[in-house]
Amino acid sequence: MSGTFVGMPAFPKAAHEAVGNQTLRGNLRHATHTIRAKRAKAVAEVSDWAALREAGKRIKDHTLRHLDRYLEQLEESVTAAGGTVHWAADAEEANRIVAQLVKETGESEVVKVKSMATQEIGLNEALEAEGIRAYETDLAELIVQLGKDRPSHILVPAIHRNRGEIRDIFEREMSEWGRPAPEGLTDTPAELAEAARLHLREKFLRAKVGISGANFMVAETGTLVVVESEGNGRMCLTLPETLISVVGIEKIVPTWRDLEVFLQTLPRSSTAERMNPYTSMWTGTTDGDGPQTFHLVLLDNGRTDTLADEVGRQALRCIRCSACLNVCPVYERAGGHAYGSVYPGPIGAILSPQLRGTASEIDASLPYASSLCGACYEVCPVAIDIPEVLVHLRERVVEGGQVVREGNKVVLQPAKGHAAERTAMRAARWAFTHPGALRTGQRLASRTRRLHPRTLPGPGRAWSDSRDLPAVPAEPFRDWWQRTNGGKGGAK
Amino acid sequence: MSSRERVLGRVRRALADVPKDDTPYEQVVPRDYLREHGERSVEETVNLLAENLADYRALVHRTTTDELPYLIMRLLAERGPQYVLVPPWLPPEWMSAADPTRVHDRAVSTPHELDKVDSVVTGCAVAIAETGTIVLDGSPDQGRRRITLVPDHHICVVRVPEQVVSSVPQALERLDPARPLTWISGPSATSDIELDRVEGVHGPRTLEVVLVSDQPSADVNS
Ligand code: SF4
Repeated sequence: MSGTFVGMPAFPKAAHEAVGNQTLRGNLRHATHTIRAKRAKAVAEVSDWAALREAGKRIKDHTLRHLDRYLEQLEESVTAAGGTVHWAADAEEANRIVAQLVKETGESEVVKVKSMATQEIGLNEALEAEGIRAYETDLAELIVQLGKDRPSHILVPAIHRNRGEIRDIFEREMSEWGRPAPEGLTDTPAELAEAARLHLREKFLRAKVGISGANFMVAETGTLVVVESEGNGRMCLTLPETLISVVGIEKIVPTWRDLEVFLQTLPRSSTAERMNPYTSMWTGTTDGDGPQTFHLVLLDNGRTDTLADEVGRQALRCIRCSACLNVCPVYERAGGHAYGSVYPGPIGAILSPQLRGTASEIDASLPYASSLCGACYEVCPVAIDIPEVLVHLRERVVEGGQVVREGNKVVLQPAKGHAAERTAMRAARWAFTHPGALRTGQRLASRTRRLHPRTLPGPGRAWSDSRDLPAVPAEPFRDWWQRTNGGKGGAK
Repeated sequence: MSSRERVLGRVRRALADVPKDDTPYEQVVPRDYLREHGERSVEETVNLLAENLADYRALVHRTTTDELPYLIMRLLAERGPQYVLVPPWLPPEWMSAADPTRVHDRAVSTPHELDKVDSVVTGCAVAIAETGTIVLDGSPDQGRRRITLVPDHHICVVRVPEQVVSSVPQALERLDPARPLTWISGPSATSDIELDRVEGVHGPRTLEVVLVSDQPSADVNS
């Protein structure tokens, strides 16, 4: 997987820097707390949440278990509906395919819908190297792109920027990319959104090529689904003549009916809405409506390696809702950038080291970027046991063992005495000692979770051996969190 | 080896440890979640739709078939567009009282041309009460996807109760995946700036939903 942020320090160092940044922390706390409370309310509205969650988990597990069959079926359905399917084993190949497809249209610019997969493969940079300019059209992505910045949250990539900063970025940078910001732009969100609308509109109206990802692909029908809020997705999926969608192979669901589960769980988990403003579904091409040429690029890039890991493969169930980020005490303090990947937060901590391997310092430290409190597992709409995978990956870093990289079995050496172990130790220490609230939260939670290592495996062991768990009444972490106002009130 | 074979080969090797299992798909997934949430009369379902649409800032109006042309006339007059886009087969009587010049979206029309039109009037395929969603499927009374996207003002007519379902599962049952589908829940919105919800980014900033029935409704609120 490319897209490691170059020169990225390992998690503990990056986290330390982030924790020292007051603006960032303020923005993050406000944002995650707001959305966390809203999500709980949206989920409470549906009495069958547990059943929907279980169904979602089973659908995804079944799909992964028969992934070869469903990939072939999907290819057949998409082709029958007028699309063309391409296969990309890694980031480089995917980028090459997309660049070639764009060149064949004779165009030198494309409009893009927010897509984690294209960020993961570094598509914008690859296109730029080929003389093709990619315009991000999601408001947050625009803020990130104009600010020459990196996304820090799956759903709200510019969560680390406040309104004043956004105003400054728009005023300074918009004219470089197209229509300048209106005169006298203030920092009210409505005005900023209006500035983005005007700036992007000219790009939508003239665009000939659109690039997207997809939230779901239905094997049975060949239907792709994009869930969004702003309408930039609809613009990119509808107005251009050519549409290229780059989608991870794990995004498949077997049947049309399966969407009834995820279209209920995804909006409530991510934006805490009953339903997001816009969802687009398309099956190949439609005569006289929308793009007349449709390409689907199926992306592996470490996914099959992840699939080979019996414990770790559950990470491929992820529907990228970002609920786990918003409840994570480590994410809240460290911010998204510290994770050194387009996938931040708890899901990033288990996904990046699997997609990319644990060779780099940052990837080796990611499994430690957690207090194992279990809040992420509780909110996950497809019940990924993130703590379980974290513990598994920690063992992997420390003890080594057999893994699959780029389709080949390789044996990892234990990290003992290596930089990775020292990094891991620092990460463990950071996660467990940093803010007092975090430490308390993790201890309380570890008593109530199904998976609750009293001592940590691996390098964490030395540390946790020397600390007694405090004698506190059992209380679910979330209750405690709520009661103490996120730890600020101090645990009683 | 092609990349297709490479990826499929990797998938098969990755799954080598998984015991063979040929349980039919229908038995694998427990579908014991609800088909709809709560029990409601038809009228209550329509009321819930109106409530949830309004909750996400759509403007909701209720009227009867006979009154519909006058309501559409009034809604357009309040907005005051010179032109209004209509799909190829909008029931002609809907627009019989409206003043603005009707324009049709032709295949050769460019997005720039559509951008000059302020309002669009369409029907819909289905509306979902629990989520306050209307779904368009490109039928002749709804037109190409772009006509409900580029104009800033969308008036969508829902025939109640026939086109209303309670839930997402019921809506999917009614929809044809082969058609291009657009699910709309309120006007476009963003929460990208400090999670403050702002209505209206790229899609129509004003969404008006007209619930039209043959019978006069008990609570006409328009
Ligand atoms: S791991 Fe679960 S909670 Fe986190 S983003 Fe993925 S689906 Fe959502």
